[in-house]
Amino acid sequence: MISPDLSRRYFKAKLFRVFCMSVSWMGVLILGVLLYHVCREGLPWLDMQFLEDFPSRFPKKAGINSALFGTLWLISFTALFSVPIGIGAGVYLEEFETKNAFSRFVDLNISNLAGVPSIVYGMLGMVIFVRFFGLEESVLAGAMTMSLLILPVIIISTREALRAVPGTIRQAAFALGATRWQTVYAHVLPQAFPGILTGIILALSRAIGETAPLIMIGALTYVAFVPEGPMDEFTALPIQIFNWASRPQQEFHELAAAGILVLLAVLLLMNSIAVIIRHRLENKNQ
Amino acid sequence: MNVSTMNANSITDVITEKKEEAKNNVVLEIKDLKIAYSGELAVKGVSLSFLKNEITAIIGPSGCGKSTMLRCLNRMNDFILGCTVEGGVLYHGVDLYGQDVDPVEVRRKIGMVFQKPNPFPKSIFDNVAWGPLINGFKGDIHALVEKSLQSAALWNEVKDRLGNSAMALSGGQQQRLCIARTLAMEPEVILMDEPCSALDPVSTAHIEDLMFELKKDYTLVIVTHNMQQASRASRYTAFMESGNLIEFGETKNIFTNPKEKRTEDYVTGRFG
Repeated sequence: MISPDLSRRYFKAKLFRVFCMSVSWMGVLILGVLLYHVCREGLPWLDMQFLEDFPSRFPKKAGINSALFGTLWLISFTALFSVPIGIGAGVYLEEFETKNAFSRFVDLNISNLAGVPSIVYGMLGMVIFVRFFGLEESVLAGAMTMSLLILPVIIISTREALRAVPGTIRQAAFALGATRWQTVYAHVLPQAFPGILTGIILALSRAIGETAPLIMIGALTYVAFVPEGPMDEFTALPIQIFNWASRPQQEFHELAAAGILVLLAVLLLMNSIAVIIRHRLENKNQ
Repeated sequence: MNVSTMNANSITDVITEKKEEAKNNVVLEIKDLKIAYSGELAVKGVSLSFLKNEITAIIGPSGCGKSTMLRCLNRMNDFILGCTVEGGVLYHGVDLYGQDVDPVEVRRKIGMVFQKPNPFPKSIFDNVAWGPLINGFKGDIHALVEKSLQSAALWNEVKDRLGNSAMALSGGQQQRLCIARTLAMEPEVILMDEPCSALDPVSTAHIEDLMFELKKDYTLVIVTHNMQQASRASRYTAFMESGNLIEFGETKNIFTNPKEKRTEDYVTGRFG
């Protein structure tokens, strides 16, 4: 017997809606509280002098210049290494590789690598790049270590994006006598690109906030110069923030908050650029 | 017929000539074709010939292996994991599954139109031009695009907006665009996998008219669920059931005077 007890069903639906709404607002709320605290402490310190000066033991003179540029150097080189390798590997694994026991083994390992703690990559970077290849505590060694860290994320998101392209498009291209490369290059990659870009941005955002592997490979906490090349020593924003936050004086805590604001600004800038590119590409595809 | 055939042996000569002619007219021939997915047979030993400039329809209930067989004719099955093919698919006598046959080459000669219209998310012009261009077309691409769209009876509807996205076209127009795209490759054979199943009756009529036009220049093989379509459009019909070819012959015989009981049941709608 079907009972048309609609009010009960509507009540359940409403309950579920309220639950989903409250958990999604919870995220916004937490972010809001965080931002409020950081802004309250950091904003008074945030001025051109803060951006232009190097770290100092006097809070009034301390600035974030070397860390900001260190991060920019680091993230540029990380992108340079990890983006082409990550997309290339993703395309190969998804579009070209024949599926067999070995490929499944590779897949499993890449998924596992994405979950390895960053400090482990730091150790790997220290042993391989810093010592074995003799790159020392340079931007290059840091960027390579960071690339290792985020490569699995880029590969996995590239594959997801490729998988989301409907198979009918591939069939259409193949039926016109296209080779696999022509199909992938002309149709699959352009359609997958917005998704790939999202993955890259998420990965780079992770890299920009990572501290542990950089400390592990010996990035310095006190740097009074801006790197001028990939072989220079460097520091990065999260290291500087950590350094200030671990001091006892209140002023340095506020400096750390100002540093966090700079870090967030860089992150926001990167994301906005990605959103603009993605938007343009989607319009072009349509 | 020349003078030499007018002598005493003329009748025998004419018969052999006719036979020879029929043989030359065979564009595609499949011999004892077995197709399996991960070892499970989907097509269980089918032999068939497809004649030049004719429309051959393949009908049968869902899952009878007709689409599988069609995809085998231009090696689109290559992309399906675990799909194995046994027996021969001869294209002008050349085995398409032979060692030195390049599947890319095969698909240039034997085009395919799919069940659901699948234009590329690009402009109408690019949809048609892409195939020839990647295959090294040299010449007037604009003329080729116009000719292909005209052959697909789409030109008049889109000539003023070739730069617009193909995704903005209606379903029927998209399907005709897909046909135009295939025609631009100047193939010899066009395979159509239920080309009208996603379309309304008006668009279906459009496509069927188009098929009649196309058979002047191309050999067509269509898979269809639509009995009327098979009887209206095709010259020959093959009826398949659970991987076997039950009956093959001229369409009018299949529909009005089938030899097999099962064919009769199916075409009269008593089964399937």
